[in-house]
Formats: sequence, C-alpha cells, structure tokens
Amino acid sequence: MKNGFKLDWLVLPMIGVVAVLVLWMITSSTISKELPSPGKTWESSKPYLQQPFEKRGEMDQGILRFTWYSLVLVAKGYAIALILGTPLGFMLGLSKVFTKAFDPIIQVLRPVSPLAWLPLGMVLFAGAKSGVSEMAALFTIAVCSMWPTVLNTAVGVRAVPQDFLNVAKVLKLSRTKTLFKVLIPATMPYMFTGFRLSLGIAWLVIVAAEMLTGRPGIGGFLWQEYNALVYEHIILCILTIGIVGFILDRLMSVVEKRFKVA
Amino acid sequence: MPFLQLKGVNKGFGSGSGRMEILRDINLQMEKGEFVAIVGYSGAGKTTLISMIAGLSRPDSGSVTLNDLEITEPGPDRGIVFQNYSLLPWLTVYENIYLAVDQVFPNWAPAKKQQHTETYIAMVSLTPARDKRPSELSGGMRQRVSVARALSMNPQILLLDEPLGALDALTRATLQEEINRIWQQDKKTVILITNDVDEGILLADRIIPLSAGPSATLGPSIMVDIPRPRDRRAINHDPRYKEIRREVIDYLLGAGGRPKTAVTRKLMLPDIEPEDLSVPRNVLSPRRSPIRRSEIKKETVELGS
Repeated sequence: MKNGFKLDWLVLPMIGVVAVLVLWMITSSTISKELPSPGKTWESSKPYLQQPFEKRGEMDQGILRFTWYSLVLVAKGYAIALILGTPLGFMLGLSKVFTKAFDPIIQVLRPVSPLAWLPLGMVLFAGAKSGVSEMAALFTIAVCSMWPTVLNTAVGVRAVPQDFLNVAKVLKLSRTKTLFKVLIPATMPYMFTGFRLSLGIAWLVIVAAEMLTGRPGIGGFLWQEYNALVYEHIILCILTIGIVGFILDRLMSVVEKRFKVA
Repeated sequence: MPFLQLKGVNKGFGSGSGRMEILRDINLQMEKGEFVAIVGYSGAGKTTLISMIAGLSRPDSGSVTLNDLEITEPGPDRGIVFQNYSLLPWLTVYENIYLAVDQVFPNWAPAKKQQHTETYIAMVSLTPARDKRPSELSGGMRQRVSVARALSMNPQILLLDEPLGALDALTRATLQEEINRIWQQDKKTVILITNDVDEGILLADRIIPLSAGPSATLGPSIMVDIPRPRDRRAINHDPRYKEIRREVIDYLLGAGGRPKTAVTRKLMLPDIEPEDLSVPRNVLSPRRSPIRRSEIKKETVELGS
C-alpha cells in the first residue's frame, strides 16, 4: 500500500519531469540550435538562483528579488480587483435590473486581453506626474482579473437557498444584517472560488504588464534577456513564473477549503 | 373573537389558463392556547397554507388575521419550524438561537439575552451540543434547535410545518414526546402540519383534515377529547382514539380523497414496425426493411385513485 502511494506522488511525477527534460535536450540539439540545452540553462542561471536577493543593477537582480517585485505589484492589482469586484458581483446577484443593464457590457469586456488593456491604461494615467507605468499595470491587472470574482459572486448570491432568506424574513433582519449574517456567509464558498481564479489571472497578466512597461520584475527581466539574446534566462523566468503561480494556487485552495465548511 | 382567523382564503399559482388553484375557500378559527393539527396528503398545499399564516406569501383572496390584525408580512410573533430545519450552517447552535433572540429582544442586556438563549438550548436538551454547527448534528438534533429557535422568540403562535417529516420513526416518537412536554409547559397556540394522523391525535386538541389537491380545502374539525397527558402505549387501546383515527382517515380517503380522473392524450408511437427476419432476402424480392406505419394512435389512460 505504502509503495503504491509513493509511486503515485513521487515516482510518476519524476518520470514526467525526466520525459520533458529529455524532449527538451533532443529539441535543443537537433531541430532548434538556438534553444539552450538544460545543462547550459542551469549553468547560466546559477548566479540568479544562488544569490536570489542580489542586486547588481536595475535589470540584473536575483530571481527571488524580481519575483518579489512582481508579487507586490500583483498583490496591489489583485486587491483592487477584489475590492471592486466583490460588491459588483453582489449587485449583479441581487438586482435583476442591474444585471440587465451591465451584464452585456461585462460579457464584452471580459475576454479582452491584457495586452489590449495596457495601452489604454497608459493613456488613462498619462496625466499623472509619476508612476504612470505602475498605475497602468495595476489598472490592467485589476481589470483583467476582476471578472471571475464578479461572476462567481453573482452566481453565489443567486444560489443562496430560499430557506435562509425565509429565516431572515421571519426574524425581520434589517438589510445590512441580512447581508452580513446571511448573504455573505452563504456566498463565501463561491466568492473564494472566484478569488482563486482571479489570482491565477492576475499572475498571468503580470508578465504582459511588465513586458510592455519595462518595469523590473520577473516579466520585465524575461523580455530584457530576450532582447539581450540570453535565452537561458527566458527559460529560468518561465519556470519561476510557473512555480510561483502553482504555489499561489495551492495557497488559495487551502484558504478556499477553510471557507467551505458550510 | 377568535385568536387566529382565516376567512375564505384562496391561493393559486400561475395565471390565465395555466392557473393552478391550490387552496380553495379555507376557513379556520383558532382560540388562544389551542393546539390544532392539520392533516393532509403531501402536495395538497399544507406548506402553502402555513406560509400564508407566516406571512411569507399572501392569499389571492380572503383574509388571514391574528388578533384581528391582517397578516401582511412575516414577523417574529409567529415562530415557524420549517420541515428542512433552515438553520444557518455557518453558525453554531448557540449562535443560531442567539441571532433570533438578539433580533426579537434588542433592548435586553447582553447577559439577559445570553441567559435566555441558554434556557432554550436546555429546554430541548442540547446544552452539550451548544457549540456545534448544524452539519455536526443529527436530523433530530437539528430539528430541536429549530424548535428552540422558534420558541426563544416567544411567539404568539407556533407554526410547525411537518417538523418531524424527515426523521426516522424512533426519533420522531422521541421528539413528539418532547413537543408534548414543551407544550404542556407554556400552552402556546400551535398549528401542526403533518401527514401522520397518529401524530396529530397524540399532540393536538383538534384535528382538521385537508382534502387532496388541487383546490384543497379544510374538512370538518374533529375534536381530540382524549385526556392529557396522553401515553403513546395506552392510547392505542383507547376506543376514542380508534374512532378519531377512523373519522380522519374516512374523510381523507372518502369525501376529501383524490378525485378519479380520466385523461385523453395523443400517443405518438415510433413510426416504424420491426423488420421480419423470417423473410429470406433474395435478389428478386424487394429489400428487407422496416415498415412505416403512418398513423397516430389515440388512447385513453385511466389514472387511478
């Protein structure tokens, strides 16, 4: 039994990783000579991994330092998305009139790519004296990552069982009390599913935002190293982005589970 | 003047030709302190009836008055115990009841509210489970919390909507005893909705059968003049018990029973007859294929009682 368990979570994933590495090695030595091999990537990435917080220059810093910049930016944008998205979701869920008025425009804006929003953000904040690129990036992250929160919250509010609403009616709970004692707790599981999806998107958007604005961060570093022809670092960045995204998702699902008691 | 009065109440759903009449000409008068059981088929409109008394829905015509005041909206003066408990799953037993107490008695000191809550938890013997959430409780315990919540509001009338419907027979019996005991204590006015005639006889002063829907209406009141306290075992041998039971069941199966209906509907049968495999296939005869049968059959189906 124990052997089978180990096979499941240790050996099988290892086989997957090795298979991809082998494929990568073959590709780099046959079809695409420009693609650095795994060994070369490791050699070239070493200084960034071994001194993860080193700052050698604006665009030459340890990988965790870059990650940190990106995370801070994502956290800010994500916070804005939640602060705007959750109430918007509640309004959509509670009011049919509101839904009819705003649902079409939401459905149209939702699939727009971050690459399309960013220039608009630049234009929007062009009047600001400083930090135009940061504000544009935040705007892009917020606008792109807001939708799962909005839509999930709305669905959650609509799915609140009539029984709970009847309890609120019989007890004559005031509007605010109904909101905080009944609606919000009942919607919580849906909200957190939305929060988790939003976080995933926020992290996706960061790369695009940093690439276009040239801010220091994991995405900015990736783009800079592409222009500098250091292709090994592109792969380093991709792996870092993937791992960080994975960790964020895991963390969020732990939080989500805690709220699924009901 | 009766305490609770329903006069000529009609209620239906839908409109135009799709309208379905649920309740027709419901008349009911109840005195203060009376325990009335309404017994009827499931789906007859019992829950619709109680939700009108609760104020969760309004009658299409007729009036529902409590203390001569028209009931227009739900309120804590009518404590309801729903069939599916309706406890808030994110609150503990204590918090569920405290929410109601806090809402109904906003002017009390916190200590008094807490003490009041504890009293009612103790009344349904759930003190050991006071900090548990509904998901950690059995069905019977959940229903007791629901009863305690309704009683803690000190309502003028208690509405029990098939409170024991979802419970197994043994738990049901225990809770019936408990409802009996609690009612003996403070003699509240109670309406019990149930589909169990025995439960009605055991608990109520008066049983009113509700005829089968659609257009259900209340039958004649049947007084349960068996002295209290009623013992579940002794009552079985009481001749009066058998008489009441027969009366209620006679009404439900006879005058108030389901009307027999004949329905004519078109049946569209698949337009193909099975192919005959015994016919050998050869070059000369036409291809062996399913035969089309273009006709619509009309059939009359008798829907039994």
